[in-house]
Amino acid sequence: MTLVEVNMTTPISASAAPLLSVEDLRVEIGTSAGVVRPLDGVTLHIDRGETLAVLGESGSGKSVMAQAIMALLPRPNGRISGGRIVYDGVDLARLPVKAVRKRCGTEIAMIFQDPLSSLNPVFRVGAQIAEPFRRRRGMGRREAKRRALELLQRVGIPHAARRIDDYPHQFSGGQRQRIMIAIALALEPDLLIADEPTTALDVTVQAQIMTLLAALQREHGMAMMLITHDLGVVADVADRAVIMYAGRIAETGPIREVYEQPAHPYTEGLLGSIPSEAQPGERLRPIKGSPPSLLDLPRGCPFHPRCAYRTDRCVSETPVLRRPVGWSVAQLAACHRSEEVLEHD
Amino acid sequence: MTISNELPPVVLDAATAVVSEVAPPRSRLRRRTGRTRIIVCSCIIGCYAVAAMIGPILLDYDPVKTRTSMRLQPPFSRLEDGSFAVFGTDQVGQDVFAQMLLGARISLLVGGATLVLAGLIGVSVGMIAGFFGGWSDSVLMRLADIQLTFPSILLAIFIAAVLGPSVQNVILVLAISNWVTFARVNRSQVLSLKHREYVDAARTLGAGNRHLMLRTIFPGCLAPMMVVATVELGHVILAEASLSFLGLGVPTSVPSWGVTISNGRNYLSDAWWISTLPGIALAVLVMTTGVLGDALRDRYDPRLRSAG
Repeated sequence: MTLVEVNMTTPISASAAPLLSVEDLRVEIGTSAGVVRPLDGVTLHIDRGETLAVLGESGSGKSVMAQAIMALLPRPNGRISGGRIVYDGVDLARLPVKAVRKRCGTEIAMIFQDPLSSLNPVFRVGAQIAEPFRRRRGMGRREAKRRALELLQRVGIPHAARRIDDYPHQFSGGQRQRIMIAIALALEPDLLIADEPTTALDVTVQAQIMTLLAALQREHGMAMMLITHDLGVVADVADRAVIMYAGRIAETGPIREVYEQPAHPYTEGLLGSIPSEAQPGERLRPIKGSPPSLLDLPRGCPFHPRCAYRTDRCVSETPVLRRPVGWSVAQLAACHRSEEVLEHD
Repeated sequence: MTISNELPPVVLDAATAVVSEVAPPRSRLRRRTGRTRIIVCSCIIGCYAVAAMIGPILLDYDPVKTRTSMRLQPPFSRLEDGSFAVFGTDQVGQDVFAQMLLGARISLLVGGATLVLAGLIGVSVGMIAGFFGGWSDSVLMRLADIQLTFPSILLAIFIAAVLGPSVQNVILVLAISNWVTFARVNRSQVLSLKHREYVDAARTLGAGNRHLMLRTIFPGCLAPMMVVATVELGHVILAEASLSFLGLGVPTSVPSWGVTISNGRNYLSDAWWISTLPGIALAVLVMTTGVLGDALRDRYDPRLRSAG
């Protein structure tokens, strides 16, 4: 019975195709030192109601991808130079910016890293939460404020009725991020892109915010793209993970498999550099070297200068995303020697 | 003009007073200091405004009436019609105090209207230049630079000489020579605000350029614009008096302070009050706006706050 209902409310065509699929996306940004390609052929997809974690170091292109999807690339220097961003059957990369903006908010919403600078300091938070209701839904002042209060209560601001007329600086960092989440959720988007939502917060608050996001996701049934460099934060929340390195995808797969059996040396290195609870006092194993400059990418596999599995082939030939031979799960890695990496664990 | 010489020391005193009072419980003390200055200055300017509004209603003044028998009477003398001339009479027997009240009206009217006009032009230009950048920024700001190469009073004299004396023309002339300050300050403020994440956040919620400029960024520019407006008020009032003094401002039938000072210049040796009293009134008003602008800047400029 319930199955029939689900099929009636969601058309088969929509549920079969992913909500958002990014295909071979390339982005170029002109700088004074030359043209950099922060995204170089990224392909990924998000299904309805799914949580995808996008992981990587600073400069790996995670945030640029979010900017490309939301049409927020720095102008006039940045542009999408190739590939497609198909959302709900429409290629956002081809749409004019205005049309993308129209979809944003109602269908795709975004929350940012720094919750202080993403709230306008001169407006009361109630007005900022109510604004999407008033501008996009055409609600009256009183109705919009009532909905804003509901949202504030839902995201867990204590004494919401009293605090709705406070200014952003009167809230703590965690509360500000909750308010940002409330604004992003105001129009009930199908996809929420969270760009490092917990980076500016301290550890206990990070966990609270992640719990809140997960709970809200279950309530609304929205899909979520969690961009972060903190592998621990998303471990319990995400369904699948995408590991990015130097503007490319290094590895992708269900998050359990990726964490337990990495098929790419970079993932292995990232996981190895996390302090382990099992062996306290053990020295951390950092990845040697530092991420390459986007202006001067190494030939072949961009990770080869730092890689313990390096062969001559890695220097001459760029690896493509592939399923390791003899491996059953939906795990892909861009490495010539994935099989050996898998065996190593 | 003695006014411009008197202005810097007073402002300096106010500034050093603030610095010396920045003792350990810094923020509270400074806030209180700024508040006193703001309240006192606002009250003084308020008195001028009230005098300008109701003064001329209480005291009759007819610019073409002459009473030669009562000319050049010193302050506090009783005139033949029984009225009392607090500030004396001028070279044609007019009451100087009544003239000054009407002059205050002209000064504040010209000052206010000029600020509104210059502010509108300057803020819009700065907003467009800062927000869009690129060629619109280059064109508008080069225009501002070119205008800044001329001394503003020279430019005002030139335009006023072409347009001829009238109150509207004075407003227009002063607005043209003062919009640049608003434009430059607003542009820099917009530049610092437009890359904040909340602007991007508004974008992701579907806000268009107009909404971003007027509703998201502009409110953040209001405080610096108020400071600029307050500081400019003194400059504009002074410039109007200078133009009128030179005969290029308001028509001589309109009793502006500049006109009165100019008229009394020939009688300085035996009737000092004609020029001196309007001069003092002008100096006090200009100094007050300067101090007020200073206090507002101390309060609203985040750079100064963090430096203290």
